[in-house]
Amino acid sequence: MQGVAILGIGQVPVGEHWDKRLVELAGDAIFAALEDAQIKRVEALYVGNMMAGQLDKQSHLGALISDWVGFRGIEAMTVEAACGSGALALRTAMVAVGSGLVSSALAVGVEKMTDTSPRETTAALATAASADWESIHGVTFVGLNALIMRRYMYEYGWKHEDFAPFSINSHANGALNPNARFQSPITKEIYLKAPMIADPINLMDASPIGDGAAAAVVVPLDLVKGMNHRPLVKIAGSAVATDSLAVHDRHDPLWLTAAEKSARVAYNQAGIGPDEVDFFEIHDAFSIMAALSLEACGFAERGQGPRLALEGEITREGSIPIATLGGLKARGHPVGATGMYQVVEAVQQLRGEAGPAQIEGAKIGLTQNIGGSGATVISHVLMTE
Amino acid sequence: MDIPRHWRLNKQRYALTGEVCPHCQAKIFPPRDVCPECGGEAKTEFGFSGKGEIYSYTNIYNAPEGYEENIPYTVALVKLEEGPMITAQLTDLGDQPLEIGMPVEMITRKIRSDGDERGLLIYGYKFRPLVSA
Repeated sequence: MQGVAILGIGQVPVGEHWDKRLVELAGDAIFAALEDAQIKRVEALYVGNMMAGQLDKQSHLGALISDWVGFRGIEAMTVEAACGSGALALRTAMVAVGSGLVSSALAVGVEKMTDTSPRETTAALATAASADWESIHGVTFVGLNALIMRRYMYEYGWKHEDFAPFSINSHANGALNPNARFQSPITKEIYLKAPMIADPINLMDASPIGDGAAAAVVVPLDLVKGMNHRPLVKIAGSAVATDSLAVHDRHDPLWLTAAEKSARVAYNQAGIGPDEVDFFEIHDAFSIMAALSLEACGFAERGQGPRLALEGEITREGSIPIATLGGLKARGHPVGATGMYQVVEAVQQLRGEAGPAQIEGAKIGLTQNIGGSGATVISHVLMTE
Repeated sequence: MDIPRHWRLNKQRYALTGEVCPHCQAKIFPPRDVCPECGGEAKTEFGFSGKGEIYSYTNIYNAPEGYEENIPYTVALVKLEEGPMITAQLTDLGDQPLEIGMPVEMITRKIRSDGDERGLLIYGYKFRPLVSA
């Protein structure tokens, strides 16, 4: 396995792109990444997407998108792990290039979610859970997270307002990101007064959907070492782990086993521990998921994720800044694209190109993308070379 | 129309028929043929009592397609007394406040109707507060 670098990144703003088709969103992100990498072509394209078959009535995105961007003939495919599809595309590109079988690859995450009615979209999202044993009972994706959150509050004694800092932090950072879905800070009062979706989860605990696409060009590290005028970012650790699809099948529904395992493997590959991570692009689809991820990745003791947030350690000035460009909560959660936004944002931070949201001196970033309610978790450690 | 898809789960939906592992005695629901505890083959049928307690619950205000008529409805994780946990709706709640740990029992109810008024009616398990102590 040879070292792998991320040579170029591209993204479109997360939003309601009524004037663009899915293939155009993907193309825009890909062209931006190619221009950023200053290359014209790659040998393979890996697409992260969850719902095009359901919402766009369009599967087979690998051939479709590679043809659209002028790469007809190359190796191309879709990879899918619900909300974890995006990072899975990077993982697949890294394995392909790292193995030496493919000399350069593009990973793109894309999702088009706002053409359909909220109920169609909600039903499609629910397919991330177990169809026969969860979704059939009318439990939504938010509902599953609400079940986890209520039990977490019961076990560890947290109040709903204790989760406010997660949402406030993400929106504060999203306000500094021109590609974020929401670019206004929120107050604790706004958090507390938000309408309930599935108690105890209210609107300000939940990330918004959106249309989006983000892409990265992946090449062998040795090929580009010393050639780039910017800090070169390498993939120092990459791991995928899985858990039961259904929340009810887990011995401890309050612990993200797959998040813990994939982070541990990625840390080991990179030769680091959580103490050395400068920032964490976290999967804050819901505030409870942010708390559980901090615990699983070794930043907080079990049951103590909210304490880290309450003490201000998750802000850009804290010991472990999270969601530095808005996270899922403010940048938005275009499901299958989300994992690639996390990667693109981590590269922005490591290159020193994050603008007013820049974490000074950031050298090591962790990205973690979660599919379903923790059933597939993909962790990447990115470092400046 | 998904008739076979629902029909083949009738034993589970109507009677909570799961499995017991012949190697480690773990009770398994839903049936999965490979024991999640010991990895051994487990195909021996086992009927669950339908008694359990609430592990967690939530009220759904934004429902997916096909569930709108019951908004808001309550979904719970129910810890069955034989061990496994399952996801199901709660029903017959009346005015009594819900709490974690509350004893509940299984009852068969309509879960949803598939399509228009001529569509398939899907029945299955829900849970209600324990009537007979």
